[in-house]
Amino acid sequence: MGEERRVLTGEHFLTGDHACAEGGMAAGCMFFGGYPITPSTEIAERMSLRLPEVGGIFIQMEDEMASMNSILGAAWGGWKSMTCTSGPGFSLMMENLGLGIVLETPTVLVNIQRGGPSTGLPTLSGQADMMQAKWGSHGDYEIIALAPNSPQEIFDHTIKAFNLAEQYRTPVLVMSDESVGHMTEKVIIPPREELKLVPRNYTKKKPGEYLPFECGEDEIPEMVKAGDGYKIHITGLTHDKRGYPDISAEAQDWMVRHLMNKIQKNKKKIIEVERINMDDAEVVVVSYGISSRVAHRGMDLARKTGVKVGMLRLITVWPFPDYMIKELAERVKAFVTVELNFGQIALEVERYVAGKAKCYLVPHAGGDVHKPEDIAEAIKEAAK
Amino acid sequence: MKGATTPSRKEVRFTGYGGQGMVVMGLILGRAAAVHDGKSATMTQSYGPEARGGASSTQCIISPSRIFYPYVIEPDVLVGMSQEGYDKHRLNIKPDGKLLYDEDLVTLSPEEKTKNIHSIPATRFAEELGRKIVANIVMLGFFCGLTDFVAEEAIRKAIEESVPKPTITLNIKAFDKGKSYALSLLEGSAAKAKS
Repeated sequence: MGEERRVLTGEHFLTGDHACAEGGMAAGCMFFGGYPITPSTEIAERMSLRLPEVGGIFIQMEDEMASMNSILGAAWGGWKSMTCTSGPGFSLMMENLGLGIVLETPTVLVNIQRGGPSTGLPTLSGQADMMQAKWGSHGDYEIIALAPNSPQEIFDHTIKAFNLAEQYRTPVLVMSDESVGHMTEKVIIPPREELKLVPRNYTKKKPGEYLPFECGEDEIPEMVKAGDGYKIHITGLTHDKRGYPDISAEAQDWMVRHLMNKIQKNKKKIIEVERINMDDAEVVVVSYGISSRVAHRGMDLARKTGVKVGMLRLITVWPFPDYMIKELAERVKAFVTVELNFGQIALEVERYVAGKAKCYLVPHAGGDVHKPEDIAEAIKEAAK
Repeated sequence: MKGATTPSRKEVRFTGYGGQGMVVMGLILGRAAAVHDGKSATMTQSYGPEARGGASSTQCIISPSRIFYPYVIEPDVLVGMSQEGYDKHRLNIKPDGKLLYDEDLVTLSPEEKTKNIHSIPATRFAEELGRKIVANIVMLGFFCGLTDFVAEEAIRKAIEESVPKPTITLNIKAFDKGKSYALSLLEGSAAKAKS
């Protein structure tokens, strides 16, 4: 067996978790280092079967901290890499997610969110890690996070995550949830030649000329890999363009600004949303992941009673589409945010609406999804 | 085969106990609809330690268009393969919904609300075929004979893709058994209506 087993072209009936693993395979992932945790385990399990078929490596690490580090190492070794986790495992990965960000390492971390805090609800759904995705590792940084709402999308978005990771030389998060991870639907895997994959942007500079954190206007540095003769140094310490530690306010200002700008300057290229029924909308539902599908029914129920309601479905949650919310706030009456938490993305919506429209939240502690009727009621209330 | 039968969203709940293959039933029906019958299908299942040995339930939504809300609201069909599963879910069925159950494993509640009731000794038939484990496929054949949600050919293909290769013949026999039992019941009631 070999590369011909990499892309399982065809129509499948797959769980979200398995579709995610196939997305990783199709994207060219060669290394998975992980620690199994419900409800993400089936991704790891499938990768443990699939990667050896193409000559890749699956390692069950001793814990999530080591898992996260292993995928960073694999990326610097020249392979595309990923891991998956959930709940407490996501917390444990936070420290080295920060290392991945500061080393500007292309890799993919999938979180199949479950109910928390702590051990919480291992087998049941939640979306309460959305702010942790943004702020969970210490220090200031920007991150890219996607929120698929079906097995097909988690397949597509895992590929997209790999592409964004290469394009912006950064770890990318796939923030799915138990509901999508454990749902089974049709997944179309296209022929290999139709997949659009972004290859690693290896430098053309010679050893000695290359600096691992040097970049142009677009703020995106080029990559090298171990063994190609480039003698480089990379560190979690604040560093200069050479990657050497520079413990000064000036170096900190340059490095952190660069990490922020890399994502913020490019956000219009990164951000993807789906607009549904937005032409005449006076009320806008903002939702993502499984909640967006439940909210879709809530929206349909409210539409039947005559409310002009549409939906801005966030496909990219981070960077947040602030400019879209600002623009909508000028012309709509109200926003209704639907998420399986007590108001995380709702806070982002509120801060960019900035008092120009009413803001509502339909909260949920997790463990189940919203009742579509409750969402419809909130929409009707918002439309008053 | 594409585009046949179903005019709108249909919801099915399979309920039994862990080990009876409720999840496989949902998987086969969903795969048949989504991959072989040009429809959308969403399958979800009870999951976790509470599902092992105890009640196991699978939900399958089938629709000619994109499915947004992925869970059963009120099932059009409830399939009962265990008393516990039937008791737990019987009140949730649509007023005119169909109830299909294994008559050796489930005793109907005296307050059963739907009138659209069909029973089969699925497990006994499976034992007669040589393996109790195909009771779920006997029931799926019964389901296929009594509904038109998914084309029969599509279900047959999905069975072949979903069961272990050496058991395909046995499973197809089990499917045929359930389906012909459904047809004999339908003929019986048609004859009764005439006389």
